[in-house]
Amino acid sequence: MSAVDAMEQVTDAARLIAFGLRPKLIPSRDLCYSELVKRFAEDADFRSLVESVAEGLGIAVLGVSARTGMVLGPVEDSVFEQKLDDYARRAILGDRHQERVLHGLAHIAVAALAFPRPDDLAADTYIGRVSAEQVGSVMREACKMLSAKAVAAEEAGDPLEEAPELERVWRVYLRRPETALTKDGRPAPSTTQGIITKALRFLVDQGFLAKVNDDDGGTYRTTPRYQVQVRELAAERAFTELLALNVITVTDPGGSLHTVSAASPEVTGV
Amino acid sequence: MTSPDDSEPIAIYDEGLARRLKALACTAPLHDLDGRKMRLEWCDAAVYQMAEIALQAIDQVAIAMDFDRGADHEDVVRRLLPFVAAHAPERDGAEHARIARWVVDNLINVGSSDRGFRALYGIFGVSGSYERRVFDFRLLIELAGPDGDIYLRVSDEAINVLVGALDTDVESAQIAAEVKLENLIRRGRLSDAQVAAQQARYRTVQYAETLRRKLEATCRDVRAVDWEHEVPDLIDEALTHITERYRAENAILTNITQARDEAEDPGRKRKAADLVLIVEDCIRRHTQLQARLQGAGRTFRAEQDRQQFSGHAQCAAIDLFGHLLAPVLGLPVADAVTPISAFFSGGSGVRPVRLPRLVRLVEQLLTVPQDKGHLLDEVPVPELAPLPDPDAFSGEQWDLASALVDLEEAPRRLSGLLAEARDLDPDLPFLVALRVMYAIAPEIGVAVRQHDEVILLAVDDGTPLLDPQFGGSDVLVAVARLDTSARGTAPNYEHLHRDEVA
Repeated sequence: MSAVDAMEQVTDAARLIAFGLRPKLIPSRDLCYSELVKRFAEDADFRSLVESVAEGLGIAVLGVSARTGMVLGPVEDSVFEQKLDDYARRAILGDRHQERVLHGLAHIAVAALAFPRPDDLAADTYIGRVSAEQVGSVMREACKMLSAKAVAAEEAGDPLEEAPELERVWRVYLRRPETALTKDGRPAPSTTQGIITKALRFLVDQGFLAKVNDDDGGTYRTTPRYQVQVRELAAERAFTELLALNVITVTDPGGSLHTVSAASPEVTGV
Repeated sequence: MTSPDDSEPIAIYDEGLARRLKALACTAPLHDLDGRKMRLEWCDAAVYQMAEIALQAIDQVAIAMDFDRGADHEDVVRRLLPFVAAHAPERDGAEHARIARWVVDNLINVGSSDRGFRALYGIFGVSGSYERRVFDFRLLIELAGPDGDIYLRVSDEAINVLVGALDTDVESAQIAAEVKLENLIRRGRLSDAQVAAQQARYRTVQYAETLRRKLEATCRDVRAVDWEHEVPDLIDEALTHITERYRAENAILTNITQARDEAEDPGRKRKAADLVLIVEDCIRRHTQLQARLQGAGRTFRAEQDRQQFSGHAQCAAIDLFGHLLAPVLGLPVADAVTPISAFFSGGSGVRPVRLPRLVRLVEQLLTVPQDKGHLLDEVPVPELAPLPDPDAFSGEQWDLASALVDLEEAPRRLSGLLAEARDLDPDLPFLVALRVMYAIAPEIGVAVRQHDEVILLAVDDGTPLLDPQFGGSDVLVAVARLDTSARGTAPNYEHLHRDEVA
């Protein structure tokens, strides 16, 4: 391979990554993109070259296919990383920790509702549907169950005044109003509906969701990219962090989103 | 906390006490309304009994709550108007509406970010140590309906504490109320019967609310519900309940309709008519509930068909709900931040680095700001309490004045004190004069209660005061010692030994 060819190879590899950085672009819409994706699948040398370039940039290649395009994920502390802190920054009211937790929680909940069963996350052809109202009500229901469990276990309920950071997450969520009107008659953004709507819109901007209609506070379907992103990176990372906290959960393979009986331990799985 | 002969902790963890403290806290916002009404600038609100209006508002919302939705905000205000107007009939309707809106807004607690109330209470923990805890509660809750409208519902706390101590089994309470109602009607005590009928209706509302929540979960996800035992049992129970109530209420209805038609006294007639309306409303609610219950089975079958044929076994992946969401919800906030941040940065994709460009800068600066649509931060209108008046005299001046009037030996003339004070500080004579003025009629009882040793006395002997700033009598100022041995008995002048008598 001549030096010129090698240079061209690197240029192409970088170009493929650049395509991947445009979240809404899919290979079927761009000839050059689809050719590069095809080459990635067939040419092992090109593949390792792309992966090396990506690694140097601080990006992990999560998956490349004609359906999903190039799915990229930031490695930790990469310049391409989205920080939860920045995302939740506009919320200045109250405790920063709590704001971050609530905003981040909305993202996990959207993913959990988009892929309710483990199978849904694994099946490449699965398209999830999720609505703002659905996310809100499932979250609230899950919190209520934890609350009922706490009552049943006769835990000393209310949080300590001097240690708000020890308050359980579900309490923080339940305390937040579901919706509220501002003085000029619009929904307030600090409510759970506001937080969930923000998450959904953000995911649309990132090319992970597509809006279907306005029913139920906005109904969305997932894009193949989102599935890859959640499966290959987000869920793994969060799960690892949970393991580090010694939170190990065993659920049956059918998934655990299936009971409303307050006394049943299944829903939390803990 | 403990004394030598009592090494046991003085109290153990008492859940009942905590419950009572919380119940008490729920009433605080109502008292608070009456406390704050004097500060309303836009009207003289003293005539309005705010706690009363607030209870009416909660009742109105509870009554208007039905199966699908709660009460419309404006609707509640409109229903409240007659009650508000009754407090001050001579005021105009705009003020009544404003008062009603103020009360409703305060029950929602508009303006706080949580739209709720928070109370602190302390209990003795399991270990016997005193712990301060926070209790968050709401009275009226804003919820979004299917069509995006926002409506109000009464919180459980409000129903339990404010509508009545209804923290009991719904079913048994319902039966008790019906029995009571029948009794009262039979004995012809209509005003009591009306109260009982209203209570019965609150219970009906509460029952419907419990069922609504269950059904909502049912409709959302078939697998989320135990359709083998739980829901069928629930529906059976509810249908039996409806049948019984329907029968009972129809019987009651016949009775009171008769009472209404036969009544001579207009007051009694009207009460009977009200009762008829309430019972009719109960029947309407039951019919509504029944329709819902019948629809639930259909929804289940349709959902089952839709969901049954989707997907087959795949390689094992993470169960997002069971492995991530549920455990995270159970963690303390401080611990939850790490996994949540990890999920976010992994699941939100890459953020291309945006470089500022001069070409785009001009464009960006010229762009008309976008309307952020329906998501904007609210602007709370603060309710302002007047600041306390600033102190007229500084601490230093108080010290100087105290030193001046601290007369150990001989009494002094006021004129002398004033002249000396004027040398120290131009403002000091005013303070000295004030303190001497108080000394003319000293509060001996208070001094004795506070266990003071001495007290300042001023006696007028008729000498006129010659001073550039003050006029009046040039009183004699002396310090009197309080007889501490006489403490505990009623103070009187025999116990005072004046150092010097003017």
